[in-house]
Amino acid sequence: MALKIVKGSIDRMFDKNLQDLVRGIRNHKEDEAKYISTCIDEIKQELKQDNIAVKANAVCKLTYLQMLGYDVSWAAFNIVEVMSSSKFTYKRIGYLAASQCFHESTDVIMLTTNQIRKDLSSPNQYDTGVALTGLSCFVTPDLARDLANDIMTLMSHTKPYIRKKAVLIMYKVFLKYPESLRPAFPRLKEKLEDPDPGVQSAAVNVICELARRNPKNYLSLAPLFFKLMTSSTNNWVLIKIIKLFGALTPLEPRLGKKLIEPLTNLIHSTSAMSLLYECVNTVIAVLISLSSGMPNHSASIQLCVQKLRILIEDSDQNLKYLGLLAMSKILKTHPKSVQSHKDLILQCLDDKDESIRLRALDLLYGMVSKKNLMEIVKKLMLHVDKAEGTTYRDELLTKIIDICSQSNYQYITNFEWYISILVELTRLEGTRHGHLIASQMLDVAIRVKAIRVFAVAQMATLLDNAHLLTGNMQRKGICEVLYAAAWICGEFSEHLENPMQTLEAMLRPKVATLPGHIQAVYVQNAAKLFATVLKSQEGNTESTAAQETSQLMIDRLPLFVQSANLEVQERASCILQLVKYIQKLQQKDVEVSEEVSALFAGELNPVAPKAQKKVPVPEGLDLDAWINEPPSESESEDEQPKAIFAKEEPKHSRPRHTEVDEKELARRREARKQEQANNPFYIKASPSSQKVYQEGPGVEHIPVVQIDLSVPLKVPGLPMSDQYVKLEEERRQKERAEKKKKEKKKRKEKRSGRGKKHDSGPESEEDITPAHMVDIVTEEMPENALPSDDDEKDPNDPHKALDIDLDKPLADSEKLPVRSHRAAEAPKSPTEDGDAESAALQEPKKKSSKEKREKKKDKERDRKKSKEEKKKKKHKHEEKEEDLLGGQADEPAVQSEETSEVAAPPTSTSAEVSDLDFWLSNAPVPSNTQEAATVAAEEAAPVPEAASGTAPDSEPDEPKDTEMEESKSSKHKKKKQKKEKEEKEKKKKKKHHHHHHHSDGGGGEESVQNGTVEDEEPLPPMSNYCLLAENSYIKMVNDIQGNLQDGSQVVVSVIFENKCESFLKSMEFNVLDSLNSKLQRPEGSGPHDGLTVPFQLPPGVSNEARFVFTVQSIVMPQKLKGTLTFIVKVGR
Amino acid sequence: MCRGGVGRLISSGGEKTVFSSKMQFMLLFSRQGKLRLQKWYVPLSDKEKKKITRELVQTVLARKPKMCSFLEWRDLKIVYKRYASLYFCCAIEDQDNELITLEIIHRYVELLDKYFGSVCELDIIFNFEKAYFILDEFLLGGEAQETSKKNVLKAIEQADLLQEEAETPRSVLEEIGLT
Repeated sequence: MALKIVKGSIDRMFDKNLQDLVRGIRNHKEDEAKYISTCIDEIKQELKQDNIAVKANAVCKLTYLQMLGYDVSWAAFNIVEVMSSSKFTYKRIGYLAASQCFHESTDVIMLTTNQIRKDLSSPNQYDTGVALTGLSCFVTPDLARDLANDIMTLMSHTKPYIRKKAVLIMYKVFLKYPESLRPAFPRLKEKLEDPDPGVQSAAVNVICELARRNPKNYLSLAPLFFKLMTSSTNNWVLIKIIKLFGALTPLEPRLGKKLIEPLTNLIHSTSAMSLLYECVNTVIAVLISLSSGMPNHSASIQLCVQKLRILIEDSDQNLKYLGLLAMSKILKTHPKSVQSHKDLILQCLDDKDESIRLRALDLLYGMVSKKNLMEIVKKLMLHVDKAEGTTYRDELLTKIIDICSQSNYQYITNFEWYISILVELTRLEGTRHGHLIASQMLDVAIRVKAIRVFAVAQMATLLDNAHLLTGNMQRKGICEVLYAAAWICGEFSEHLENPMQTLEAMLRPKVATLPGHIQAVYVQNAAKLFATVLKSQEGNTESTAAQETSQLMIDRLPLFVQSANLEVQERASCILQLVKYIQKLQQKDVEVSEEVSALFAGELNPVAPKAQKKVPVPEGLDLDAWINEPPSESESEDEQPKAIFAKEEPKHSRPRHTEVDEKELARRREARKQEQANNPFYIKASPSSQKVYQEGPGVEHIPVVQIDLSVPLKVPGLPMSDQYVKLEEERRQKERAEKKKKEKKKRKEKRSGRGKKHDSGPESEEDITPAHMVDIVTEEMPENALPSDDDEKDPNDPHKALDIDLDKPLADSEKLPVRSHRAAEAPKSPTEDGDAESAALQEPKKKSSKEKREKKKDKERDRKKSKEEKKKKKHKHEEKEEDLLGGQADEPAVQSEETSEVAAPPTSTSAEVSDLDFWLSNAPVPSNTQEAATVAAEEAAPVPEAASGTAPDSEPDEPKDTEMEESKSSKHKKKKQKKEKEEKEKKKKKKHHHHHHHSDGGGGEESVQNGTVEDEEPLPPMSNYCLLAENSYIKMVNDIQGNLQDGSQVVVSVIFENKCESFLKSMEFNVLDSLNSKLQRPEGSGPHDGLTVPFQLPPGVSNEARFVFTVQSIVMPQKLKGTLTFIVKVGR
Repeated sequence: MCRGGVGRLISSGGEKTVFSSKMQFMLLFSRQGKLRLQKWYVPLSDKEKKKITRELVQTVLARKPKMCSFLEWRDLKIVYKRYASLYFCCAIEDQDNELITLEIIHRYVELLDKYFGSVCELDIIFNFEKAYFILDEFLLGGEAQETSKKNVLKAIEQADLLQEEAETPRSVLEEIGLT
């Protein structure tokens, strides 16, 4: 034995430790894999030993190897062994290895549950810490379920070190085990006010993350977070909260109004760039979601833009980048504000950092105008030449096209220039965007009629020089352009100067190397060209020329007939036969050109992509109706045809239409015509009448057409678009001069009025007339089309599972599984059965009580009657109570919660919203005052009732008590009113004074309480929070929950809301203890001492405090009476 | 404003892997592209991790020294910074704050520096477990858990102390007791 130990120790001395391993790997650079495989063999040996130190060392080395990419999953069990070591040193290594190597599918994780639980409850905080850290990396749904309760308990650990870790890890637990969210949330919320800033910040982190994913469930927390935001100085926390508000605002626009002020304050005051950036981003988001109705809306945008300008001007590349990024968000809604910083953004185009240039490019989109488009594009073309990487160059290319084509070429005034730009872009090597250029060429040539002559000439040149585009394999993407070129030359061949030459170019053998779809277009358009050529040649006397052309076709086309591409083959063989036939006719001296051109007669009009959807369905046509009766499923397949035939005959659906009389037909025709006339996409016989640019001189009179001759057609490869910039400038000057002349004339004609409108001032946008008329079809969406961005959330999104209503009271079934209780659960099952039974019993009653409630609402104002009703109802509840008690006498909390749930769900959201409404309406925004007034009015109404609003405890109540309490409460009410009067008088004296506010707490069986409160309130009642008491200063709502940890305790959460304009302080809450239930007071205080509410309330703020009651017996119903004392601070 | 709000990666298998926490992962790698530290705050398979690492290391190393520290990558934002020969690289979600992430990186480097005393790449290579321990004290589940440098170092020192106490004086005795 001893020898073995010694031997083990000696062995250990020769073991490699981590440092040795690292060194070894560094020394074996050439045969690293081999070296490591021997190391892994060693490690395997080490893992077989009993010595935990040796194992830990081996595991540590494995963790390193795992990082290098080696599979270590085989050692998972050994890792668990090391995790289980009692020594911190090894445990730490074990957990590290686990957090690096384990994932959800690691099966040994199942074995760790108990070990982790043990570590979590270890007296040593570092054991706990290490376990929590590890868990954060490898928590699985099973672990989350089993450990949720342990972790939740740790949120209240004495050491902040543990608390903050536990709080943070709860987020992971929620994700894996969403059921834990509701039970754990109250405690999590508590941690928002933890004395330790680290814990507080952790709680903010978690709640903000939760809320960002499912904002609507957290809207009710807005007041609390607002308070935190205005009080916190921790930038990390502030950033989180601000981000959260960014997510909440779209749901509650009034929140945005409240936010703008503190946010702008922060923007002004903070020196931390990260915080500034977050604020600016949120302000932008808020303003976008608000869109309008903000008084100082533009001021806020201006502020943001100014701050962003400072960021962009900074020498720090990072700030520059982020500044531009945020600018682009503003650009969408406030383009004008951004446009004023054009200089700066153009400057960024020259930045040495490509990512910054790309950001600036994004912004350019919104910067262009008719005036500067050419200039900006010229600059971009220079960048294209300089660009090093193809990705950046491609990005530039797409941006140029984006910018030019945006909103139907709105900013292009000279399309010759644009065509030249497109032709120049074809010179780009290795671009992937050939198709993009091609589609632009096609689009412009089709839609801008005036440009066709020019476009055709350019395209012919392109076709002629096709070898430049295709010669190099690298340029594969660009040959798409030839598709457009061939089509344009063919379709608009009447504009060709030398069609014969182009025809030849299109039939070159080299064409056969192009992609199939391009060849097909070549073949088809060669036929169009052929028709044009024939037409011109037949007019001439030499008929041989025409025959030669046919011969050319017959010679060249067979090459395409052999094509492997079916489309090419089909078209080629078809056309070949056609030409052969034409040749025969030609030899007989028959004129064929008319017939041939008739093949391609007619204009192809542009049609919007979605036009089909716009075509109205003719009256009487039901697209969903079956033409034939659908074959019934019972019929066998053989019978089907028969059945269809049989049914078709007697059907006679057509005659029905003939029954319609002539008048009706005429009316329909008229309607259809009307519809067609209004339909921009209906292709009419006459060329489209909607022209975007109607004004301006006719195409023929535009000076550019003359200048056209001065622009020599260049072989692609030579830049020429630049010349247009100059020409355009000249043209505009001319136009301006003409306009001035005209204006002068006008002014001479009528001197009166304010004729100075367009004086010689700087050229405005409207002054620039386009050189070409643009025949543009605006693409409209069908009326019922929906924007596609409100897509359903990804079903795989784990956050979807966390979309949980947190305001609903907890049901017993939601309690976190506690392991120690599990064993005890089995004997409980009869009670569970009882649960089910009672639930079943409850249902009809639910209905009846609901009906009652409805009835009651009608009679709301009739107090007496309602009282009677109440009594009745109480009896009902009494019965119910018995049922419930029969089933679950030992579980009061369950009962009350279940019953309260009966009442809560339909009202919970509205109550929460009205609560929030109140908070929001306190905002000093003028537009809100009206709302505030109504809310206040609503809120004021239930005041008399509020006094009798009882502080329910979860103990069952005896009906007698409640009735007694009822009478008492009315007495109290009178008293209170008196007191309030007194106070008002005191207030006038502007002194500090005490204010006693009695709240009559009546304990009661929950459902009764909920019932009464609900029935009596005219406004949508609070959900689980029911009104406790209210006067003109303060409103209290409360909620009761059983303590999950301690069955004998009940936690009453009270939200205090300051309703007045003054500060409320020194609040003291006291409840007279009853025999069975006692308010828990700090040690050392007497049984009648009040509890100080741990906060003060500035005007309009609400906050929550919790009070714990110890309950000794649940057999007896409890009624509690309490007082809240506070000081109203008035003036100074 | 936010497209669904959840950043995600399309895994090699085609199924969607959804990221959940704020910081998705942190990678430390050398100028030569050697991985020095990796911390994943999202559950991914080893294969995916390797693929992402390879891709990111390439992308980041290809960037020029004067370029800004942010880049858009798949659905995520990458924030990286170079310290001497080491690149620190974090992935965050679309709506997350780049500047605060840079601050986190810097804070971590400061922590390493304080702990090791002017840290260099070799310190992290040879004491990689310590680098992890420090990171785990600083970040938990992708969230900054402790913003005070002092507190982080205190926690690490005390844990180290605990380790030494357990190790040095009693190790031999305990071994005998154990085996």
